[in-house]
Amino acid sequence: MKRKFIALLAAGIVAASPALADLVVPNLSYRTGAYGANGTQYADGFNDYFTLLNERDGGIGGEKIQVPECETAYNTEKGVECYEATKDSGALVYNPLSTGITYQLIPKVSVDKKVLYTPGYGRTSAKNGTVFEWIFNAPANYWDGASVAIKYLLDENGGDLNGKKIALVYHNSAYGKEPIRTLQVLAEKHGFTLTQLPVDAPGQEQKSQWLQIRRDRPDYVIMWGWGVMNQAAIQEAANIRFPMENFIGIWWSGSEVDVKPVGAQANGYKALTFHGVGTDYPVYDDLQEYVIEPGKASQGGEHVGSVLYSRGMYAALVISEAIRKAQELAGTPEIDPEQLRDGFEQLDITPERLTELGLPDFGPEIKMTCDNHGGSGMSRMQQWDAKAGKWNLITEFTEPDQDVLKPLITEDSEAYAKEAGVTPRDC
Amino acid sequence: MDQLVFAAEVFMNGLMTGVMYALVALGFVLIFKASGVFNYAQGVLALFAALTLVGIQQGQVPFAHLINSIFGTHLEYFGWTVPVVLAILLAGAVMVLLAFLVEKLVLQHLVGQEPIILFMATIGLAYFLEGLGDVMWGADIKNLDVGLPQGISESIESVSANWFGYGFFIDRLDIWAAIIAALLVTALVAFAQYTKQGRAMRAVADDHQAALSVGISLRFIWVMVWSIAGFVALVAGIMWGTKSGVQFSLSLIALKALPVLMLGGFTSIPGAIAGGLIIGVGEKMFEFFIGPMIGGATENWFAYVLALLFLVFRPQGLFGERIIERV
Repeated sequence: MKRKFIALLAAGIVAASPALADLVVPNLSYRTGAYGANGTQYADGFNDYFTLLNERDGGIGGEKIQVPECETAYNTEKGVECYEATKDSGALVYNPLSTGITYQLIPKVSVDKKVLYTPGYGRTSAKNGTVFEWIFNAPANYWDGASVAIKYLLDENGGDLNGKKIALVYHNSAYGKEPIRTLQVLAEKHGFTLTQLPVDAPGQEQKSQWLQIRRDRPDYVIMWGWGVMNQAAIQEAANIRFPMENFIGIWWSGSEVDVKPVGAQANGYKALTFHGVGTDYPVYDDLQEYVIEPGKASQGGEHVGSVLYSRGMYAALVISEAIRKAQELAGTPEIDPEQLRDGFEQLDITPERLTELGLPDFGPEIKMTCDNHGGSGMSRMQQWDAKAGKWNLITEFTEPDQDVLKPLITEDSEAYAKEAGVTPRDC
Repeated sequence: MDQLVFAAEVFMNGLMTGVMYALVALGFVLIFKASGVFNYAQGVLALFAALTLVGIQQGQVPFAHLINSIFGTHLEYFGWTVPVVLAILLAGAVMVLLAFLVEKLVLQHLVGQEPIILFMATIGLAYFLEGLGDVMWGADIKNLDVGLPQGISESIESVSANWFGYGFFIDRLDIWAAIIAALLVTALVAFAQYTKQGRAMRAVADDHQAALSVGISLRFIWVMVWSIAGFVALVAGIMWGTKSGVQFSLSLIALKALPVLMLGGFTSIPGAIAGGLIIGVGEKMFEFFIGPMIGGATENWFAYVLALLFLVFRPQGLFGERIIERV
């Protein structure tokens, strides 16, 4: 009896494990807890793109992709547990959608030799590939976002922000504090005044911050929020009649779930994005045919086309292109994380390639190298149309101010290298 | 002069925020008063109540995801909407049913156990209810509209502009919250003082054994108290849900109620209100005067510091019952 049980258990483990030759891309997602509404949409997009590749193309280079999901609840400890639980399953790359989890995983992946892909989040200075060999954060990072927001405001004000007042409302966490240094340098350069208004997580109660904004009357408010903090801030802005067109969120404060609860009053609110909006791209026809209609969509496909779904899908696309590149370089479809790192470092998703993939003009060109793990940093502005219930793109992709950002990235990454005892690579 | 006027505006907003905190704290007090149990699940009760209200109001099919994945169907909505008042009544009925189930499946089996065991049970209940809410109504953020107005009160703004030369900001939703909280507290106090069931509840709160000896049913009282706490949670859920949508972070508002309870006492309904007001005003005034000097975001921790300061002088809280143990 005991032997039978052990045999059954072994058979169960073998059945549950990915086939040895499969490409394993764990999805460290969060569908529960305070940030579950955001995490669910992103995780669905991430899963569905890999399902599309499996169903339509038979995987990548003939290898099927396994996407085992592990629930982190946006909790750093659970995120690390998920990483530890999946790293020996042949995992190639991680995308935990959490800056807190990313900070914990950075030293771990460097030891375990796993790729960490953190598009639009995580540690900004990971862009420096000479120090952060295993981390990639293209197409854009937080400092890119801060710089593009200021560039947009410069354009709006005839190139002059001298004497203007800008308030930063931010999530009082590692994530929310990321843009402060950049904005301080940009304030010095362009002569605007920066007021910092931290909001403690989760951010349901923001009366003090918005009363201060009402008293100080800043010309613009920039927000670095996540989850309920976004809805509460947009509602408070509406309550004090702050002009929505002067309120700009980072890309994590610019999804449908952030504006819809506020209703018509959210009309005109702006947010950065590093990808296109809506479903008017050929890839969605393929998703419909191969994933949604056959009933293989994650969670039934109810979030298809939302901002966060598209972002999850885009992250999966970049990973799959890096895998493709790695297979090409290695001359074999069965790659390991080191080969995937090489694939990322030679990745070049040109506009033509994006069109071939069914997403014309969806994102900026992503070209990474050994020392540049962050790409061009280009992003664009979108604006909420409450009546139509959709985001509209209102600018082209804009390059950040690299003159300001490059020295900051060098300074921060070198400080990390010193602290962590990392010897920068020669690239 | 400007600072004084601004401080007055912050003070008033602190009072209003305090009322919102007190609404959550009331549910804790009711259950603690009647059973000596600190109900860890009170925040989740508010979330569950609000989710249920929106679900009923919008005609959402409960457990739709589960049904769809088992049977391959595509259910989501029934195709009807329910009027606000009826939806609130139905959500209230669900909370009564939940109270009955909690008593039947959890509390009944723990009669005579130490309070810490009952407290642990409520921790389990909190996680269970959060999961149940997710499976039943989905994880998406839901808009809650029960017709409560939101946004600046223009009459207060214009009156204060005439008097002080600066228009005060007071959210109309907060004014409604204050009115509803006042009505709720009046009704609760009247119920406890003047009805047979209310007196029975107080008797149980005073002494379980003595209440049992005169024929009061402990089970009935528990179901009743949990039902009332469920209704209070529904009111808190409506107020907070209207503010920023019904979503799972709503359960975290319980964290805001803890310092209120420490300050006001775990057994006093007026204490919950007074505690809420003191915490609301205290944290807002501290943030206004001291916050800018130390980098801001002081409210979460300062509320606890304030509560701890009170505890040094009155361990039972402002209105709590003094614990005298004779040797």
